[in-house]
Amino acid sequence: MELISPFDFVKRSVLAVQEYAYLSLHSLANIFRKPFYMADTIQQADLIGVGSLPIVVLTGMFTGIVLALNTAKTLESFGSLSMTGRLVSFSMVRELGPVLTSLMVTGRNASGMASELGSMKVTEQIDAMRALGTDPYKKLVTPRVISTVFMMFFLTIISDLVGLVGGWIISFFMLGLDSTQYWNSAYQILHYSDVVTGLIKPVVFGFIIATIGCYFGMTTKGGTQGVGRSTTEAVVWSSVLILAVDAVLTQLLLVLS
Amino acid sequence: MPPLDNAISPFDDENLDTVHKAIIFENVSICFEGDTPVLDGVSFELRRGETKIILGVAGSGKSTILKLCLGLLKPDSGQIYVLGHDITTMTEEELFDLRSKVGIVFQESALFDSLNVRDNVAFRLMEEHLPEAEVEKRVRESLSFVELEAAIDKFPAELSGGMRRRVGIARAIITQPEVLLYDSPTGGLDPITSTTIIELIMKQRDVFKTSALMVTHRLQDGFTLATHYFDPATKHMKPSDGMPSQDIRTRFMILREGKAVFEGSAHELGQVQDPYIKEYIS
Repeated sequence: MELISPFDFVKRSVLAVQEYAYLSLHSLANIFRKPFYMADTIQQADLIGVGSLPIVVLTGMFTGIVLALNTAKTLESFGSLSMTGRLVSFSMVRELGPVLTSLMVTGRNASGMASELGSMKVTEQIDAMRALGTDPYKKLVTPRVISTVFMMFFLTIISDLVGLVGGWIISFFMLGLDSTQYWNSAYQILHYSDVVTGLIKPVVFGFIIATIGCYFGMTTKGGTQGVGRSTTEAVVWSSVLILAVDAVLTQLLLVLS
Repeated sequence: MPPLDNAISPFDDENLDTVHKAIIFENVSICFEGDTPVLDGVSFELRRGETKIILGVAGSGKSTILKLCLGLLKPDSGQIYVLGHDITTMTEEELFDLRSKVGIVFQESALFDSLNVRDNVAFRLMEEHLPEAEVEKRVRESLSFVELEAAIDKFPAELSGGMRRRVGIARAIITQPEVLLYDSPTGGLDPITSTTIIELIMKQRDVFKTSALMVTHRLQDGFTLATHYFDPATKHMKPSDGMPSQDIRTRFMILREGKAVFEGSAHELGQVQDPYIKEYIS
């Protein structure tokens, strides 16, 4: 492994943050600048949204099931089993739905973006695109950012719903709770601010997933080994950033609400 | 293409003859990582209609020159004028317009592997939203030039190395650029396929009079271009045998450790006494 001086490490880190900020700002600015790549955006929305649906549904379902099983055990000791719906609903909508959906989409799509763009980078396809008069940030990055942000919003809603259904399955079939009681308590615990919090998070996380995936893809160096390295780093950094931003965002939204 | 603000008039500077010169490099230097410059004060000119063969060992900065010509890289110092524009001061947005007049054939073709041959060749036209019939017509013309019409629906992965290089040429010439840049167009190809590619470059030079910079480490490709002309009647190249009627303007430039150590014609290259160059061409 190459040893670098602390000064070089800091210099490289600052440069990486600068390049990431540049890519992120450009991807946003390009939304309002021609040409618009609508077909590419729809294609990416299909790949990211529809393609991620099975894993998001499965993750949401099992999370709801596990939440109901775990909370029921604790609630039973207090004689409050009827509150299972409340806990599943509150946890899924505010926290687990957005975060777990984002982590699933990160594993599937941030890696996909980094490897696809990374392969294009090392085979000079990105340079070829620039040489042919096309801005790769507009054609490749912006459609991915728009579609990830857009689809994360809907994928999280689906994940939340499926998680609630998973909780209901356990509550109804294993714990013997009444269906109406479960859904009523699940609905009543949620306030407007909880729903808003649960829907702001996936939008921010979607932006992180797409920009981190594209950043590592567009800065890939070192052939196929470099593509592998970029893919791994995209997933790691995207996951870490999602969890870190989640902590900040949760506190911020709690204060605001 | 809309006029660019930094377009210079040929009368602005008497030393900058942009009417007769397609590309001008003035003391261009560039470093990547470390302090060793990849190019160190390189100056040269490419006259309109001329083909310049850039020779040099691996790592001497040949491909960097082509990327600088397109503005894909920015020099650390010096000026680069392409078709009358000082590209060192242009923004990426302005460069996108200028690049429609400059075509490039990359070393490994750099075809978009998710697009078929038609879409690869038509990429620039589709970005300009030209009518579909016009795009189809020009794609077929371009593929016909490189004799590859039959492969129109194939994907790059289904093509041989030589075919990929020919598709790269078709993609570069579809907008009829004023300057063509070839980055080792025959690298890694067998001798017969290499000859086919050189014949296509010669055809582009002699039929369309396009200015070109060709980077190569194969000396024989350069000499073939300098000593042959394309005969439209037989559709093959023929030796010029010093015939004055054949307007072959092919010149050579040799790079060594980032510096241009020779510039001249094939005849001058053969007469040179410099030991390094003599060893290089022997």
